[in-house]
Amino acid sequence: MCYADTGAFRLHDFFEIVGLSIGVSLAATALATVVSLPAGAALAIFPFRGRRLLVVLINALFGLPPVVVGLILYLALSRSGPLGFLQLLFTPAAMVIAQTLLAVPIITALVHRAGERAWARYGDELISDGASRAQSIPQILAIIRADLLTAILAGFGRTVSEVGAVILVGGNIRGLTRTMTTAIALQTSQGDLSLALALGAVLVGISISISAAAFALAGRARTAGSDEA
Amino acid sequence: MSGIRSLVALIAIAAAVHSAAAAERSITLASTTSVEASGLLANILPQFTAKSGITVNVVAQGTGKALDTARRGDADLLLVHDPEAERQFMDEGHGATRRQIAWNDFVIVGPSTDPAHIRGGNDSVAALKSIASAQAPFVSRGDKSGTNAAELRLWKAVGQTPDTLGKEKWYRDIGGGMGEALNVASAMSAYTLSDRGTWLSFNNKGSLVIAIEGDSRLINRYDVIELDPQKHAGSNLDVAKIFADWLVSPEGQQAIGAYQVKGQKLFNPSAADPK
Repeated sequence: MCYADTGAFRLHDFFEIVGLSIGVSLAATALATVVSLPAGAALAIFPFRGRRLLVVLINALFGLPPVVVGLILYLALSRSGPLGFLQLLFTPAAMVIAQTLLAVPIITALVHRAGERAWARYGDELISDGASRAQSIPQILAIIRADLLTAILAGFGRTVSEVGAVILVGGNIRGLTRTMTTAIALQTSQGDLSLALALGAVLVGISISISAAAFALAGRARTAGSDEA
Repeated sequence: MSGIRSLVALIAIAAAVHSAAAAERSITLASTTSVEASGLLANILPQFTAKSGITVNVVAQGTGKALDTARRGDADLLLVHDPEAERQFMDEGHGATRRQIAWNDFVIVGPSTDPAHIRGGNDSVAALKSIASAQAPFVSRGDKSGTNAAELRLWKAVGQTPDTLGKEKWYRDIGGGMGEALNVASAMSAYTLSDRGTWLSFNNKGSLVIAIEGDSRLINRYDVIELDPQKHAGSNLDVAKIFADWLVSPEGQQAIGAYQVKGQKLFNPSAADPK
């Protein structure tokens, strides 16, 4: 490979970068899902003071600038910051946390929207069947399972494509925290535009494939579950 | 539910990756972008790691930011190139030792059309004066990096400060790394100051060529700074010292001097005889 002599980029690096990108984003999406599914459903089901405001806030956080999340997390995780004792700055774990913070509002907001509609339609029925509001959370999530996938994919799309937060808290360390997006930024800064573009094509290809695969799986789930609905 | 199972597996993987990284002997090196963008570290680190078993995690940030990262305790070692900022860092008591490992030089690059008519000379200050009077576009890093500091010192010699330059339309402060500055200069046919290492390994030169080189004011010194053990007790300083010592050792110096891009030597080892 013609870049091998500068040590800038090798095939081994490529697989490492792609693997890390997907691993970090999947982990972040999974963590965000665990938080956001119950949170989004609860937000749809439980009435409480300030709920409207919270919903507005979560929807507003859709547009949370990744670089701001990165900066705040950077200061928090810095060894002179409040969470410095964890020694997580410039590790993959720090990137997972950053991406989780970015994905939670998106998934929560989308789950809430679908959950609100489902609750309006089935809420009375569930309650009159003797279920408490808390017990209704899994029921509502089951009803909106097709929407859950869209929500989770939106979260994954956000995490795998962002660069501002992971470059700050990950440090773009070769072999440790270099993801596809930070590698693209680096290759561009070295003037290797064709290599940057090739990595970009891979990034697009991977995110499209994952979304398509998940969508196809969901299609099957929808068909399988259609007799219940 | 398979979703939960795969989630648990993912978290386990993430935890394993994290603890594996922590278990090895590794240090975090905050460095100037030029030693990474030029490919130097990618070339010499495998030699060091093979010998010592120590992994060096490089966070390439530009000298100003690298020094700040170390001040906050987020790095174990520094590799930087801004003598003034380094002196301040040492005066603040953050550093324990500061040793020069290599030098090369800065070059002023610009479009081959050379609107300021400076090409071929070696007087960097006269060249900047010509650029200013021709109002030819000039790209500044504007990121407190070592190169940015060197550039501002040259402008000072012409009687220009960041404030006066900021008012000029032809002066473009991009707040980015060396590569970004070269990309912008290439795209808008502007002059800029670059370290020679990044310039040589940069692959999007377009019509840019070297306009000025060989001025003694353009010397670019790279220092390794070990951190003060009192101020930075939490850092991995013993392991960092092994790498710092290797950089100035005959073996490390040989590795630095042997690194070439397109047949050109990028860094002149100078631990024995600092410039």
